[in-house]
Amino acid sequence: MTTTGSPLPAPHSAIGIDFTLNGEPVSLSVSAAERLLDTLRERLRLTGTKEGCGEGECGSCTVWLDGLPVCACLVPSYQVRGRRVDTVEGVAPTRLAPYLASGATQCGACTPGVVMTAEWIRRHPTLLATHTVRELMAGNLCRCTGYDGIVNGIAAALDADRERA
Amino acid sequence: MSIVIPDTRAEALARLADDQTLIPVAGGTDLLVHWPARVDDHDRAYLDLSGLAELRPLRWTADALVLGALTTYWDVVTEPRVAMEFPLLAAAARQVGAIQIQTRGTWAGNLVNASPAADGVLALMAYGAVVVLESRGETEEVPLDEFYTGYRSMRRRPDQLVTAIRVPHGARDVQLFEKVGSRGAQAIAKVGVAAARSAAGWRVVAASVAPTVRRCPALERLLAAGTPIRGPDDLLPALDQDVAPIDDLRSTAAYRRATMARVLYHGLRGVVDSVR
Repeated sequence: MTTTGSPLPAPHSAIGIDFTLNGEPVSLSVSAAERLLDTLRERLRLTGTKEGCGEGECGSCTVWLDGLPVCACLVPSYQVRGRRVDTVEGVAPTRLAPYLASGATQCGACTPGVVMTAEWIRRHPTLLATHTVRELMAGNLCRCTGYDGIVNGIAAALDADRERA
Repeated sequence: MSIVIPDTRAEALARLADDQTLIPVAGGTDLLVHWPARVDDHDRAYLDLSGLAELRPLRWTADALVLGALTTYWDVVTEPRVAMEFPLLAAAARQVGAIQIQTRGTWAGNLVNASPAADGVLALMAYGAVVVLESRGETEEVPLDEFYTGYRSMRRRPDQLVTAIRVPHGARDVQLFEKVGSRGAQAIAKVGVAAARSAAGWRVVAASVAPTVRRCPALERLLAAGTPIRGPDDLLPALDQDVAPIDDLRSTAAYRRATMARVLYHGLRGVVDSVR
């Protein structure tokens, strides 16, 4: 019930957005209803990010928004305007070696999301002063590995990072 | 559906005054679960708050911790002073969903989503938090324990925004937060209990056992009386006056009643089981 002659502009059904994706600038027009997950997969063809539950439970669509892990299924695309988004496509393959060696992946459906949370932990090892790896990984469901392979892979990666530092 | 994207808090309040059907959206962790797949799915319009940076920071004043409308659980988890001074807020934040939800979900969103299971509301109410509601040209403050009027209904007018939540400082010698769910993470509470004792007395708050998160005045009176409590069953007569658990998809009334009594008793053991 917008009043007649209101000075306020009409609501948007499509929005032009600029954001940084894996370090590169992106400009596109998104629907007001579009989820970041769909923008990434369907519009930008970055299909590494997977849809599992579509309601923020499983973590398979985990990406970083301004450096923090989020579920891309719960982010309206228009909200990333002016912000930084990083997806699994931005992770250098060489960084995956510890996860492969520890059996952190089997069927692979959860793996891109697992990798994004794991890589976030690796970049912020001070989190481990207050949190365990298991608590930080609790938002990434995996039906194959039983989690030990994932947790061991992250521990090995953190050890290797410490030795290199 | 459509989106209104204000540039300032004043514009957001003007928009709400102009169109009271607007649905405010911040982190989207509740709303996106039922988000329309296409813009023509329905005619509702959302008011986006996510760009209003001024509403994001939490801040400390002389007498309170003030959470902004956009303060997330993660903002609280990563502020060490909260864990020192308001440990129940830190505990609640760490038990909401998992990291991916904590980085997006806001305290104010938890409050206005008005779930009877809300973890954040449980902890806030134990601390006597006050809801700051703004509309165009007016600010109103409502104690959180008077905010809810029934299942999913609350004292927020459609033209009002929750712009802050004030959590008053104060010495508390007993503090308890317990959430019982199917697993540690990504679970909605079957039962939640928070309690705090200060010079002003007890606050006992329960979640998932009534149409709203609510205080438990009969339990508060029982604890204040200092009568030794010998086991969970001693809490049941007061508990039955305070809450009305039901059977639903997550649990049963009987389980909730028994579990609430046990969680409260064991959490407060050493405080309430001896004669003072």
